[in-house]
Amino acid sequence: MDAKHSRQDSKEQATSAQPAEQVQEAEALTPDELAAQWEAEAAEPAGPIANLLSSLVVLGLSIAGMVLSVGLGLGTPAAPAAGMWPFVISLIAAVMAVAQIIIGRAGGRDGEKFSAMSWYAAIGFATLILMVVLMPVIGFEIPSLLLCFVWMRWLGGERWRSATIYSILIVAAFYAIFIAALGTTIPRLF
Amino acid sequence: MEFFGPVLDGFNVVLDPTNLLYCLLGVVVGMLIGVLPGLGPAATIAILLPMTYGVEPVTAIIMLAGIFYGAQYGGTITSVLLRLPGEASSVVTVFDGYVMAKQGRAGAALGIAAIGSFFGATVSIIGLTFLAPLVASFALDFGPPEYTALAMLGILLVATISGGTKIKAIIAAAAGLFLATIGRDGFTGAERFTFGNLSLADGIDFVPIAMGLFGLGEILYNLEERHRAATAPVKVSNVWPKGKDIKEASGAIGRGSVLGFFLGILPGGGATIASLASYAMEKKTAKDPSRFGRGAIEGVAGPESANNAAATSSFIPLLTLGIPANATMAIIFGALLIQGITPGPQLINDDPQLFWGVVNSMYIGNILLLIMSIPLIGVFVKILRVRAAILAPITALITMLGAYTIRNSMFDVLLVVLFGAIGYLMKKFGFEPGPLVLAFVLGSLLESNLRRSLLVLEGDPTGFFTRPISATLLVLFVFVAIWPVIKSAIDKRKTSSTTSAVVADKEKENA
Repeated sequence: MDAKHSRQDSKEQATSAQPAEQVQEAEALTPDELAAQWEAEAAEPAGPIANLLSSLVVLGLSIAGMVLSVGLGLGTPAAPAAGMWPFVISLIAAVMAVAQIIIGRAGGRDGEKFSAMSWYAAIGFATLILMVVLMPVIGFEIPSLLLCFVWMRWLGGERWRSATIYSILIVAAFYAIFIAALGTTIPRLF
Repeated sequence: MEFFGPVLDGFNVVLDPTNLLYCLLGVVVGMLIGVLPGLGPAATIAILLPMTYGVEPVTAIIMLAGIFYGAQYGGTITSVLLRLPGEASSVVTVFDGYVMAKQGRAGAALGIAAIGSFFGATVSIIGLTFLAPLVASFALDFGPPEYTALAMLGILLVATISGGTKIKAIIAAAAGLFLATIGRDGFTGAERFTFGNLSLADGIDFVPIAMGLFGLGEILYNLEERHRAATAPVKVSNVWPKGKDIKEASGAIGRGSVLGFFLGILPGGGATIASLASYAMEKKTAKDPSRFGRGAIEGVAGPESANNAAATSSFIPLLTLGIPANATMAIIFGALLIQGITPGPQLINDDPQLFWGVVNSMYIGNILLLIMSIPLIGVFVKILRVRAAILAPITALITMLGAYTIRNSMFDVLLVVLFGAIGYLMKKFGFEPGPLVLAFVLGSLLESNLRRSLLVLEGDPTGFFTRPISATLLVLFVFVAIWPVIKSAIDKRKTSSTTSAVVADKEKENA
């Protein structure tokens, strides 16, 4: 992973070092070409299975919503009870989910396929949850430091040294702004 | 004079040194966050919402206006220097702006964009000053049925005009409406969907939803996305546009401003349509259209003026009817509600000082933007040179710690993280977060007005059609709802007549 990133970096430096005219020739720059290039660079659409799954999740949730709403009582149109409005919304969502299952069965062009890089987002989410769990217990400093380090070193491909230095600097800056200057009551260790 | 009295009073409010300082702070921070690749205006405002807490309402709103314009311009900067449009409305800026930057005219492009934005917004604010009181006085007679119809139409328009699948956008809107029902029911006092959780009894706050879906959702998405296309920013040498540039662009700025103002009033995607329309218009009226896409300054000046004019005039439906026209306005609406201000037809008469304070803060926000943007361009280029790997945890920490400071609640932070994950997944599965947030903001207004109408109309839904305004709005609603079906039917008939058209259609599908 690391080697790939550094290679990418050096390639980038090489391109930026080229004279401006050469770069211009190499790149597609008219609006049409640019649009085509964006299209090519864009991720693949999520596809039919993702469409079916997401529609089924929506359908399931909206049925649950309808059941819970009925539990609250629907009342009559003239005197609606607490459950009437959520019931109507859930019903609309359920109908739309069924429509999406049928219309979108070929997959459509929206959404994005999950890739190997999607793990990065999952790891990012895990570190955020970890921070929420740890912050009330040991303050924000250590969880923030960990988050910065993980995001830079493994999710961002920084080197050990720069990731360590920047993480410490960032947490120190946040301490200075949020605790020392603004005096907020964020749970802290020091 | 009677009319201008409150308008001028509004200037006194805005010119107060404290307010000016906060506006300046808003512009600078808005630009700093807005310039980060992948974060558009909606994300920027959402992330910075906690900053406006604990500040006086008028000051907070003035700061918001600053953040709004700063964030808007931040997207322009990335369009020109990185070829990464911060949002849909600055996509066309890329066409000529990035080419200009490659030709060593990045400064001219950014400078003319700032000047154009300033002009566009100013034209719009002047238009708003005269038009807003008119619309507000018209809307004063609105009762619950009219508001019900208006809110429904507003949500539907935003859901159907936004890009992507319409059905999915409507599902997202339904999810937003449902989330708004969580908590105590205002009519019966029954607790809805709280599952005994005390933190949910008062309902879910707007801020964690906006910060999660727009802010953290984008940040998580960028963790994955940024490995795909990373370009180094173009060097910026000369910062000021030359006299010749300004002369060339002046016509485009004027046309773009007027066009943007009118297109911005329409709900849903006003700024995007305005920038596209302006680009097309400039290309059409130009003596030599082939220059476009090769660094024509009009191609930057026109769309940038138009999108800022539209962004500003989309405040009209928000401030006079209380209906936000797009996702960014929905966030501003939420921010105003937090300050205890309910935008609507009464605002202009009940609290003229505040209303005109808000309007005039836009002038100040714009002037500050114009003054700050040009000297700060060097700073932005430096920020863009910082690797995304280092910027990402900074924005994540700002969001997390900012969310905590709102109510000193870890539960809020947890909500932000959870909605961040939902926002990320929505993006992956093709659901737009915009309609969800907009529907959430309008949810309680829609429900309470619908229930009040039903009480007034004694449970007879046809009663909506006996009142002229609500009837018109509902007819429009039905038309917008079934329009895609009609359109696809017409398209089908057309394409089935000629084989070549079918082939073309297939090609489009496969593309």
